[in-house]
Amino acid sequence: MGIRVFLLLLLFFCTSYPTFSLHEDQVGLMDWHQQYIGKVKHAVFHTQKAARKRVIVSTEENVVASLDLRHGEIFWRHVLGPNDVIDQIDIALGKYVITLSSGGSVVRAWNLPDGQMVWESTLLGSKSSRPLLLIPKNLKVDKDDVIFVYGNGFIYAVASIDGEFIWKKELASEGIDVQQLILPEGSDTIYAVGLLGSSRFDVYQLDVKSGELLKHNSMFFPAGFSGDLSFVSEGMAMAVDFTETVLVSVLFRDGQISFHKTHVSQLIPGFSGPAVTLPSKIPGTFILKTGSSVHFIKVINEGKLIVVGQVGHTDAVSDALSLPEDQQGFALVQQGDGKIFLTVKLGDDWTTNLIDDTVQMDHQRGLVHKVFLNTYVRTDRSNGFRVLIVMEDHSLLLLQQGEIVWSREDGLASIIDVKASELPVEKDGVSVAKVEHNLFEWLKGHLLKLKGTLMIATPDDVVAIQKIRLQSSEKSKMTRDRNGFRKLLIVLTRSGKVFALHTGDGRIVWSLLLKSLRKSETCENPRGVSLHQWQDPHHHALDENPSVLVVGRCGQGLDSAGVFSIVDTYTGKESYHVGPTHSIAHVIPLPFTDSREQRLHLLLDANRQGHLYPRTAEALGIFQHDLGNVYWYSAETDNGVLRGHGVQKNCVLEVADDYCFGTRDLWSIVFPSESEKIAATATTSSNEVVHTQAKVTADQEVMYKYISKNLLFLATVSPKAVGPIGSVTPDESSLVVYVIDTVTGRILHRMTHHGSQGPVNAVFSENWIVYHYFNLRAHRYEMSVIEIYDQARAENKDVLKLVFGAHNLTSPITAYSRPEVFTKSQSYFFTHSLKTIAVTLTAKGITSKQILLGTIGDQVLALDKRFLDPRRTVNPTQAEKEEGIIPLTDSIPIIPQSYVTHALKVESLRGIVTVPAKLESTTLVFAYGVDLFFTRLAPSRTYDSLTEDFSYALLLLTIVGLIVAIFVTWVWSEKKDLQDKWR
Amino acid sequence: MDKGKSVMGAGRRWAVEFTDNSTSHSSRDIADPPGFTRASLEQDDSAVSKQKKDAEANWKAQKAWEVAQAPFKNLFMMAFMMWMAGSTVHLFSIGITFSALLQPINAIRGVVGVFAPYKDNKVDLVVPKLVYIALNLVGLGLGVYKLNTLGLLPTHVSDWVSSLPPAQEVEYAGGGFPIY
Repeated sequence: MGIRVFLLLLLFFCTSYPTFSLHEDQVGLMDWHQQYIGKVKHAVFHTQKAARKRVIVSTEENVVASLDLRHGEIFWRHVLGPNDVIDQIDIALGKYVITLSSGGSVVRAWNLPDGQMVWESTLLGSKSSRPLLLIPKNLKVDKDDVIFVYGNGFIYAVASIDGEFIWKKELASEGIDVQQLILPEGSDTIYAVGLLGSSRFDVYQLDVKSGELLKHNSMFFPAGFSGDLSFVSEGMAMAVDFTETVLVSVLFRDGQISFHKTHVSQLIPGFSGPAVTLPSKIPGTFILKTGSSVHFIKVINEGKLIVVGQVGHTDAVSDALSLPEDQQGFALVQQGDGKIFLTVKLGDDWTTNLIDDTVQMDHQRGLVHKVFLNTYVRTDRSNGFRVLIVMEDHSLLLLQQGEIVWSREDGLASIIDVKASELPVEKDGVSVAKVEHNLFEWLKGHLLKLKGTLMIATPDDVVAIQKIRLQSSEKSKMTRDRNGFRKLLIVLTRSGKVFALHTGDGRIVWSLLLKSLRKSETCENPRGVSLHQWQDPHHHALDENPSVLVVGRCGQGLDSAGVFSIVDTYTGKESYHVGPTHSIAHVIPLPFTDSREQRLHLLLDANRQGHLYPRTAEALGIFQHDLGNVYWYSAETDNGVLRGHGVQKNCVLEVADDYCFGTRDLWSIVFPSESEKIAATATTSSNEVVHTQAKVTADQEVMYKYISKNLLFLATVSPKAVGPIGSVTPDESSLVVYVIDTVTGRILHRMTHHGSQGPVNAVFSENWIVYHYFNLRAHRYEMSVIEIYDQARAENKDVLKLVFGAHNLTSPITAYSRPEVFTKSQSYFFTHSLKTIAVTLTAKGITSKQILLGTIGDQVLALDKRFLDPRRTVNPTQAEKEEGIIPLTDSIPIIPQSYVTHALKVESLRGIVTVPAKLESTTLVFAYGVDLFFTRLAPSRTYDSLTEDFSYALLLLTIVGLIVAIFVTWVWSEKKDLQDKWR
Repeated sequence: MDKGKSVMGAGRRWAVEFTDNSTSHSSRDIADPPGFTRASLEQDDSAVSKQKKDAEANWKAQKAWEVAQAPFKNLFMMAFMMWMAGSTVHLFSIGITFSALLQPINAIRGVVGVFAPYKDNKVDLVVPKLVYIALNLVGLGLGVYKLNTLGLLPTHVSDWVSSLPPAQEVEYAGGGFPIY
């Protein structure tokens, strides 16, 4: 009865349209937003003017940004599309940032101070070619400043003021790979230098004013080139021949091409193995990599080569920088033992160091990947240098005068996977003084709040209140709280670094550059793949630390060797690591834990053999006990086959391994390849808790949900319709959705949407699936919902049986018992296209659900599940209305207040993760892309706690007032009684 | 004290009996005074009071019946209030319903107390009591009915399964799409 009252009360509160909007002063109370840019590829300094020194950067996340050189803050930032990779950036006219992107197809100019786009030009062409950008200083054609762009096989002269093409000329008609545009100073001829195939050297000379081809020279080099050309000066390039042992210097000035060969062993004694020229921009010098060392080779007198220096292969070199008095300087960064050694050398004099600094560097940042050098004039008129370095963990640091001026953790822009972890339990033994201090602060804070509620607060008080609310020390504590709001978000980034972020304020608690995910001889091209909860102690919360499993792979293919580590989430230390070992195609967290509460994991390799972890006898015992009930499925997306497998006894190997298990094929579903191609899948989240199996309708009827963790939602589209929207007609395209039991391979539900196509985004929770696709006939996006109910259980209608528990509704079920399901579904139009979709999770699964949509505008929209209820009708009855069923409309309304991200954007949003808090009504939402955003959501509002601005002081005052009143009236009545008696 | 007692036992000269034995026949060993007949006095007295007592008993019986029927009037009042409260769950309807439930229960529990003033050997209180209880039970029934109309009685299947956890599954399937 109590539950019914509770539910009815809940219902009563829910029947009104809920709005989840925030007030303006609540922004930042429980949410935080961090902006990143990603790993920097290019950097151009802009420090000429006295005010606002800045650096323009482009990154691997396709971001072009202007950073403040003093603090590293973002002045402005633009995130280009995922396919619009930035190739080159530079500054033109001192006020425009020019970007060349999409493989040299798009040139854009951005206004330097505020980042507004000034113009955009598209370079058309059929052949893809190396994108090149050349911005000459003070070159005018028809009174216009001009920039030269080479892209798609054409060279363009573009007016930098408005992006108009002045002339264009096709160069790549023969298939020449143009590698450099050279404009000698003061010359009217532009040189385009490149290779045809690997053996012909070509030089085009074009007139700067008209684009007319003045000369075309070419010459065969019979031995053939290997790798790229390295340009030493305006008329000379260096290359390595096909054998990778001979250096070839190519002179091409004035239309004459000549080759000079020098054997590398003549320069470098003891040379063996391949030599490779590295790209560099130091005039007169080129960089040659042999084996594990890097040589600086200086070219003097047009052909004489001298080795001037040698460094290790992990060291980084910057481009040359023009210094006053016609000098060239470049920076060299070497590393060792937690320090980096920065030297700035003159281009023509290897021995003198302009500066020589040693900077302490965090071990967790790894190697230096890129260096950018900039100079400034000191007060004593000498040259000072500042150096921007990009580290292995994608962080960006500015060094000046031997110190790190600022650093940015831009590795967080490329998060691969997220898992939440608990914080340590609060230990007893808080000192009295602290409590007293806290009590005083607490009272003061509440008095201020009371003032605020009673509207007697002065503006200063209001500011103080806001400050208290924002700086609440509670939310950034390093211990668990009662409501479970404080947690650690463990994130794995593309650089192989694992970060722990505090949910209270988003700060980095610890970070760890995983050794197993760093480049090594055994693991050439490592990358992180996924994170899994390895240990989540509840019973042993005081003596065991939670840990996560980080899975990685040495290479691109599924069959490349796997690596994995286990990281303690309290300390941020790697407690165990394996690698490189068998390949890892799937990671299956099993529903068993051992006595230390470590979760058993089955790692499947490319040969479909399962490897059990942790490798302990106890785990083996647990697993073998339940061996017969563990299944797994795999998909071959290219062939359109879905297979189910069972786990067998030990696998056949040369070396016996108790922890290796073979698998056998059980079932397969073959999708017709001419009409269906797998487009999207969805499964329920493994940590989802479902409160009940029954759904009660308004007329007291019960529908039993078909709840199974082993269901797979799968959508296929016509192979023709895989392309973008508009590439097929409605008749050619259809979308088929399946609900498949992954134990038996039984298709529980199949439905076809004719005239629809992907991209399909789907989310699966409890017994329902919500998916989003495009309807070609209606020219609109659509969202559909499927709810699955169990027909076999619907017979349980005898109240007495239920009262006495004589039913089998909670007894374990097997997928092999023939399920009788029926489904309900409904479709609605929806305005936005989506990037990702997620659903809120709560601790006990009682709270109603919201669907979180990552929209194309990089925002997160919370949509009540009630809008996606197949029981919606146009005219719901009174009882249905009471139940909370919304009248059916053709499209889903978008309430502007229900944007979770309110006014913010999570640039290039990639994923949304929801984590249940301990408080049932609340769920934690973390959205990540280039930016990070975190907030708390209460889909049915916080029905189980008082709101944060609840005035305890007012309550206390009221109670005290009432007690005083009771005493006063008591004294009065006593007095009156006495007087009455004397009368 | 021993001494005093022995003195009193042995050499008592006189004593005054303060105990009034006038009403109890059995213990009296002194004969009534001449001309005094105990029986006639008693009879005479009862002749007057009998009428009085009868009237009182009648009055008591009447009163008892009134009390017994009192809940009946209350019933209409209650029914009207319930009707006014409507069939949705809110503070008012819950208050009314609970008072409608508690009032009869309290009344039935206090049935002895309610009829105590009308206790008389001559008045038969059993029937009024039964009527009183029956009427209160009707009131209680009304309350329960109201509870039912509010949907607060667990008479439906949904009331018993709404918090049933989902059944456990024997099998476990993992895997999925190759992770790239």
